[in-house]
Amino acid sequence: MGAYLEFWSEHAEKFLDPLAEHLQIVGVTLLISVALAAVVSVALLRHPRAKGVVLQLLSAVYAIPSLALFAVLIPVTGLGESTAVLVLVAYNQYLLVRNIVTGIDGVDPSVVEAARGMGMSDARILREVQVPLALPLIMAGLRLAVISTIGIATIAATINAGGLGTVLFDGLRTLNSYKIVGGTLECALLAIVANAALRLLESAVTRRVVR
Amino acid sequence: MPCEVEFEDVTKRFPGAARPALDHVSLKVEAGEFVTVLGTSGCGKTTMIKCVNRLVEPDSGTIRVEGEDVSAADPARLRQHIGYVIQKVGLFPHMTVGENVATVPRVLKWDKERIQARVDELLALVNLDPKEFAGRYPSQLSGGQQQRVGLARALAADPSLLLMDEPFGAIDAINREALQDELLRIHQGSRKTILFVTHDINEALKLGTRVLVMDAGRVQQFDTPKEICEHPATDFVRSLLRSGEFRLRSAYVEPGEGI
Repeated sequence: MGAYLEFWSEHAEKFLDPLAEHLQIVGVTLLISVALAAVVSVALLRHPRAKGVVLQLLSAVYAIPSLALFAVLIPVTGLGESTAVLVLVAYNQYLLVRNIVTGIDGVDPSVVEAARGMGMSDARILREVQVPLALPLIMAGLRLAVISTIGIATIAATINAGGLGTVLFDGLRTLNSYKIVGGTLECALLAIVANAALRLLESAVTRRVVR
Repeated sequence: MPCEVEFEDVTKRFPGAARPALDHVSLKVEAGEFVTVLGTSGCGKTTMIKCVNRLVEPDSGTIRVEGEDVSAADPARLRQHIGYVIQKVGLFPHMTVGENVATVPRVLKWDKERIQARVDELLALVNLDPKEFAGRYPSQLSGGQQQRVGLARALAADPSLLLMDEPFGAIDAINREALQDELLRIHQGSRKTILFVTHDINEALKLGTRVLVMDAGRVQQFDTPKEICEHPATDFVRSLLRSGEFRLRSAYVEPGEGI
């Protein structure tokens, strides 16, 4: 145990720099994912008939193993972070769009009818009624997306995107157990902390909505 | 500011339906009337009032509110000036009672003090103490209290026309009586025009200054409660009256009296 701590403190930058890269990939991915999912969801609410097909399509993409998707995209978008972000955004669309659409469809129709009957515009109904009431499910989708992005982003190291995956793969290649254990702990801790933080946020939001 | 409503040859057939929900309906509701729309389920009564605030668009015919063709109006602005109450109430569960009642004034961008004063005034009008209820959430209210809030919310911007779709249908008999009496009091105090859909003949006869009896999308009779009872126009109206009488009489059967 002492040997591990010594190695980690001596080579702290070998663990912290990839962590920073990892956080950056996850952050950029989430910003783009949420923005895109919002646009896709609004489009699906306007055109409910496309809902089935689009959700099927997104779930099909979600089912592709990440290594395979990276491999397919390398000839198109090359190696590096942008390809990684692209793949991660694609995966998140299923989790986010599915939960947003399911959440909004689950809002009591009589509440929406009352809102419309009082002369609220569609945009206002979405903003003030549907989204707030769907928030518990939307937040659950966001939490899933964050956790899965943190996990899958490690694999992005295989296409030179950096991140915690480099620590793990370096460790595996050189049979360096300090790196393998250290990288694994970092990944796990990051996921656990993110999960706990989002759960707190989720329950704060849910408490306000479900009374 | 009471307001009249006029239907001119209005027809609506929903896709896939065997017969029209509204079949060449023509009628005129005078300003300040309390019209109850009576019929069995599927007779077109809900479709009829939803055509007024354009939640349903008729296939043909014209509807005029205060002489203006509603199809020419902006639907959202039209609805902001027509109160709308539905059986399932549809209160916003994530907003307090006060916020719910303030919905339309907020959409109309009233200033804060005016909204606050109006909310208090309306809650008092529907017999809910503003101090006690304004901060509560809908789930903390009984069904009857929720519909009181629904009524207050519909009255918020002081609409001259109120559309009510079986508002008391899901409320127990005692609270329903109380709400009916309050609605009558509110109508007498404001002379708003009210279109009130119900399938309960006793409610229709009690509340309406005139009763509109509908069946199969057609107007069967449109007259005062007295005329309807004394001179039913069609077999359908007669059979409705019989069903109502039976319940009225059975309510007064003493134990041991037998039948």
